[in-house]
Amino acid sequence: MSTRAGQLETRVRDALTDRALSVTVDRGEVTVELPVADLIDCCRILRDEDGLRFDLLNDLCAVDYLMYGDDEWKTSDATTTGFSRSVSRAVNTGSADRRFAIVYHLLSISGNQRLRVKTFAPDGDPPVVPSVVGIWPGANWFEREAFDLFGVLFDGHPDLRRLLTDYGFIGHPFRKDFPLSGNVEVRYDPDKARVVYEPVSIEPRTLVPRVIRDDNRYKDALRNVAGDEGADHG
Amino acid sequence: MAEIQNFTMNFGPQHPAAHGVLRLVLEMDGEVITKADPHVGLLHRATEKLAESKPFNQSIGYMDRLDYVSMMCNEHSYVLAIEKLLGIEAPIRAQYIRVMFDEITRILNHLMWLGAHGLDIGAMTMFLYCFREREDLMDCYEAVSGTRMHATYYRPGGVYRDLPEEMPRYKESRFRNKQEVNRLNKTRDGSLLDFIEDFTDRFPACVDEYETLLTDNRIWKQRTVNIGVVSPERAIALGFTGPMLRGSGVEWDLRKKQPYEVYGDLEFDIPVGVSGDCYDRYLVRVEELRQSNRIVRQCVRWLRENPGPVMLDDRKISPPRRSEMKDDMESLIHHFKLFTEGYCVPEGEVYAAVEHPKGEFGIYLVSDGANKPYRVKIRAPGFAHLSAMDEMVRGHMLADVVAVIGTQDIVFGEVDR
Repeated sequence: MSTRAGQLETRVRDALTDRALSVTVDRGEVTVELPVADLIDCCRILRDEDGLRFDLLNDLCAVDYLMYGDDEWKTSDATTTGFSRSVSRAVNTGSADRRFAIVYHLLSISGNQRLRVKTFAPDGDPPVVPSVVGIWPGANWFEREAFDLFGVLFDGHPDLRRLLTDYGFIGHPFRKDFPLSGNVEVRYDPDKARVVYEPVSIEPRTLVPRVIRDDNRYKDALRNVAGDEGADHG
Repeated sequence: MAEIQNFTMNFGPQHPAAHGVLRLVLEMDGEVITKADPHVGLLHRATEKLAESKPFNQSIGYMDRLDYVSMMCNEHSYVLAIEKLLGIEAPIRAQYIRVMFDEITRILNHLMWLGAHGLDIGAMTMFLYCFREREDLMDCYEAVSGTRMHATYYRPGGVYRDLPEEMPRYKESRFRNKQEVNRLNKTRDGSLLDFIEDFTDRFPACVDEYETLLTDNRIWKQRTVNIGVVSPERAIALGFTGPMLRGSGVEWDLRKKQPYEVYGDLEFDIPVGVSGDCYDRYLVRVEELRQSNRIVRQCVRWLRENPGPVMLDDRKISPPRRSEMKDDMESLIHHFKLFTEGYCVPEGEVYAAVEHPKGEFGIYLVSDGANKPYRVKIRAPGFAHLSAMDEMVRGHMLADVVAVIGTQDIVFGEVDR
């Protein structure tokens, strides 16, 4: 491929030699998946190597793949009895080994290009990945946020505290097995003259079921856009 | 001799200069700050998790509520991400409308910033002046979307509807007499575009007015020059974007470097600072007001001459017209499916970013092929800026904290999400 995304893909492959698990181009965006063990070395190469120079860490976030591809409403086969297709709670089919991904969005100011780095935290409770604060100081709060919301530990982080949730919060709310309505609710108790925490009283419900439709309408369109975007800015 | 100890002080969360709900724990050595520890999250609403539980279109309104002083720019990024996943592009007229409203939003945001920043460090008049002009722009929002703030105007595949032919007008009441109403309605006789054009004629003079009050003002300079200096290398390392990065002298603007929509066809300049202090960032933002005004003018001219569709004509994504639904079965089905189940988006992951008034606002969207996003990550510019607060205020006096909060243009809707 002669597009900018394609060129970047080759450069990344060359720089990381065989350490990258995969380098893919999708919709004009380059994604490189790295093993946790080589993460720090590879990130340093991505930042310092000529032609890459990803000096700005734009974003860092975790993704919980526990329920990936699960739906609550089967669309593939209909039944004659009508209501049998009603909403069922999604069941978790994900494997624990590739559950938590940490996704880094890098930007190179001098090269005007973007790169997505992805690494899967190894199975463990809690999952641990090395911190990149030493490479991009801006990662500090992003890692705190990912720790707070997903419970992923960042080894080597200077100050890994909770960031967004309440003081004394229990659990990691953005995990897919954490209920949307939470576990506790607060109210002011006039008798005790303070704020009290109680188990949540809301019944969880599904307004719109999650469906996955096998849809090939956009396949052609997608192929065209992927080519155009790559030529523009990758 | 008495032993001298550092003093820890709480700044906020209910401090008027904390721009919302920032709790800063400051460690003071006399009046000098030795450490600042921002406690955020008081406005955390788990927008990302909520968006994961709803069909794609139902979360556009949440985006307005992130950075609630630059509503449409947030929507823009989210809508771009969906469009990228679907592999569709909005019609050209919709792109011009989006760019025009993005720039109107930029003016809105910078006016809010200028007013609040001024108020924080002692320039009361600015607040009143800025809100005078903001009012007119809010009316543009109202004319086009029906609401003054949370517009939900951008949709995947275009914008909700075309620009209206007439502006809402003031009515006589016991609070406004006839003379007053006539004065206010004078610019509202024509279409929305006439009103916006009239605004862009007036606005440069307003910016001159602000500059007369501040740019050479001795007090203003004493409060901002050499406060919160960030070197260009450090700004990049800390993940700064937008005026915070440009104020340090790095030429970086997504509208120029990675043009989206029709920015490539428009003429505008990118101001950059030199010394990276609060004063330079002030100058950068004021110049951006003028440049945005320039872009809006170009868009108005184009939009006048080029009528056309503003929404993609794909019934699997955009709802059918009301009139079609009355006698067309298929339209009715499309409408029903779109508003109950929504549309499924092909599997994949994308990152779409726009040059938001505060910096790079990006949406990282992961879809597993369902009618709801699997994961939405909002990359808020203010989050990266606020995380550098400790570094920026260390060694400064307590009063300078207010100047630094102001210059970072912090809004908690987006920091806490």
